Amino acid sequence: MSSPRIGVFVCHCGLNIERTVDTLSVSETLRQYSGVAFVSDYDYMCSDPGQQLVSDAIREHRLTGVVIAACSPAMHEPTFRRAADDAGLNPYLVEMANIREHCSWVHLDRSEATAKAVKIIKTMVEKVRGNHPLDPVRIDHVDKCLVIGAGITGIQAALDVADAGFEVLLVEKEASIGGHMAQLSETFPTLDCSQCILTPKMVEASRHPNIELMTYSEVLNVSGYVGNYTVKIRKNPTYVDPDKCNLCGDCEKVCPQSVPSEFERGLVDRKAIYIPFQQAVPSTYTLDERSCLGLHPLRCSECAKVCEPGAINFDMQPTILEEEVAAIIVATGYDMYPIVNLGEYGGGDVANVIDGLQFERMLSASGPTGGQVRRPSDGRVPKRVVFVQCAGSRDPENHNAYCSKICCMYTAKHALLYRHAVADSEAVVFYIDVRAGGKGYEEFVQNATEHEKIRYLRGKVAKIYQQDDKVMVWGVDTLSGKKVEIEADLVVLAMSMDPHPSTRALTKTLKISCGGEGFLKEAHPKLRPVESLTAGIYVAGAGQGPKDIPESVAQGSGAASKAIALLTQDKLSHSPETVSIDEEICGGCGVCVGMCPYTALSLTVSGVAECNEVLCEGCGTCVSACPTGAAQLKNLTDFQLREMIEVALSDG
Amino acid sequence: MDKTNAAFEPRIVAFLCRWCSYAGADLAGVSRLTYPANIVPMRVNCSGRVDTEMVLTALEKGADGVLIGGCHPGDCHYVSGNYKTRRRVVLLKQALSEVGIDPRRVHLEWISASEGIKFQSTMTSYTELIRELGPTPVRQRKEPVHG
Repeated sequence: MSSPRIGVFVCHCGLNIERTVDTLSVSETLRQYSGVAFVSDYDYMCSDPGQQLVSDAIREHRLTGVVIAACSPAMHEPTFRRAADDAGLNPYLVEMANIREHCSWVHLDRSEATAKAVKIIKTMVEKVRGNHPLDPVRIDHVDKCLVIGAGITGIQAALDVADAGFEVLLVEKEASIGGHMAQLSETFPTLDCSQCILTPKMVEASRHPNIELMTYSEVLNVSGYVGNYTVKIRKNPTYVDPDKCNLCGDCEKVCPQSVPSEFERGLVDRKAIYIPFQQAVPSTYTLDERSCLGLHPLRCSECAKVCEPGAINFDMQPTILEEEVAAIIVATGYDMYPIVNLGEYGGGDVANVIDGLQFERMLSASGPTGGQVRRPSDGRVPKRVVFVQCAGSRDPENHNAYCSKICCMYTAKHALLYRHAVADSEAVVFYIDVRAGGKGYEEFVQNATEHEKIRYLRGKVAKIYQQDDKVMVWGVDTLSGKKVEIEADLVVLAMSMDPHPSTRALTKTLKISCGGEGFLKEAHPKLRPVESLTAGIYVAGAGQGPKDIPESVAQGSGAASKAIALLTQDKLSHSPETVSIDEEICGGCGVCVGMCPYTALSLTVSGVAECNEVLCEGCGTCVSACPTGAAQLKNLTDFQLREMIEVALSDG
Repeated sequence: MDKTNAAFEPRIVAFLCRWCSYAGADLAGVSRLTYPANIVPMRVNCSGRVDTEMVLTALEKGADGVLIGGCHPGDCHYVSGNYKTRRRVVLLKQALSEVGIDPRRVHLEWISASEGIKFQSTMTSYTELIRELGPTPVRQRKEPVHG
């Protein structure tokens, strides 16, 4: 093999790198380094002329490998590998030396940062020296997409993928699809009735020929890889045959067991056999086994006795379904931060302190009060309501540190709808500041403050407690500097949004990550907002971070378009940086076989290990365990790592 | 001894798994969280790729400390690679003590992609620890080779 001719391209990244790393001196040092045939530095290597510079140098200097000393490979590795490919150099001979995120941005001393940058680049030159040209592994894929969560985000994603002609499996944990949007009264800033715009989509999703709906179901296990995931889903028994149930409601009338209704946020009770809400999809009753007296004809069976079509079946069992899917869209959504965590605001303690979703149910025409605002304690119409924004948000010491983004808007909407619903009413809003970024949002809030006579008080509420029949709100108006004490009939807390409690467990099942707050983590906060770091798994909606309906819908569509882009490919590419086995030195001990989490390794009849490169994800755990060194990770062999370590520790 | 330590700049290599710790280091960068420049990071797909031989190679070639960063237990992108690393590191540390090398010279830390601050604090405290431990007893003192 002829001697290597490696090109090193040092990016200034404007001043991002140049400010702390002396790129000129780095270039000079690298020019002297063995195997380096060409060095260049440039303001923005990722720009068109920058990429051109790389391509031209590859051709002109017949480069056998390239190191781009710039930002994180998570950022531009694909960019430069593509540029190299265009110039005729195998993309796997291109590596990024991360001298921005890992160097210039985290060090202050220019000489130290420059010395470290040189070391980082040299380690990558050593890696490239040992790299071999590789071709992506081509794999077949199935034509189905799994969508987890059927709130508005999941429904939108499922509809988009289904409309593109691909099969969708839409899985929802609850008895009905629709998510939190089904609970809302009217939506800001247009005041459309939430159910009116949501239910047609719910029906469309349930009737779409390409969508298979699985409600009351949970994803148990996911294995496989992009294009060929195997998912195991458990459909929990509803004990009601949806095909036979005719929604007469007789069962509900005779059921002796009442529990607080989840859909109505505990404002009223539901029976153990129930329909979550009238427009529920699928349109059928569900028998909640946790609240039922015992699913046994001898214990109760009142519902079964009166069910004329005989839809109730106490012997229904959970069913486990195994499906092959190419892509997975995770749209698990949010839940309200628990109101009981806000003891200082009487949360869970004072009956007339409620959360925003409870107030939505009160305002909703289909809600327990038929759209009338009533106090939970005595059913009276409240004449003065205090709305408290940032309840549980923006409070790093005690609650969530982040802004829940939608509360400013829905509080303005709540106050406005309340003023419309109750004559001679008074609405007071406590706010830290009003964040109304969005089309028509600021105008909506302005209208609420100017024309609807809603009193906005800037300041934080210190304490809320019960006094006789009233709810006392203590706070400070920070604009006037005065203490404020308000006697309210009802207090509505604009609670913070939490990721849905099921999110963390699901991310472990899917092997994707969630951030410190528990929201789904995206591959890149700006440029890859709907992708996870795992190929073929996408994230969307409020499970990824607090967001309103239009943003959730946009993300649902965004994730769907990513999934469609994958599904329309004839074959998928799989990284060729997999494990290879040197049969000459493999002793056939089989240690590697037990190490592999993907069953990619096996022993052949001739007694040596063999790697199925389609299954191999390239983790390299087997390489570390192989006693002879027969198992090697392509383009990160033991030899390469040793060379990299040596240069990282060298003086020069 | 004090003088030596004051002038002593630890040489540390860090093996960072691509999905968690390397991304955590990226986040530290994006967040401009500063830490000492003594550590040269190396990206591996999984902490499970870091075999004991590689750690020994680093020590043999003069590393004052070796840091391994992986995903938190249960979060490994490759299912269970981090558990295997954890076992390997426990055994390796025992072996190091037996040959008279302070086992703290090898350190395993779980740093997730969202823990930029933890990455910063780990790099800072580990560099300080190695500074206190002083130069590795393994490194053979040689004149620096130039060129």
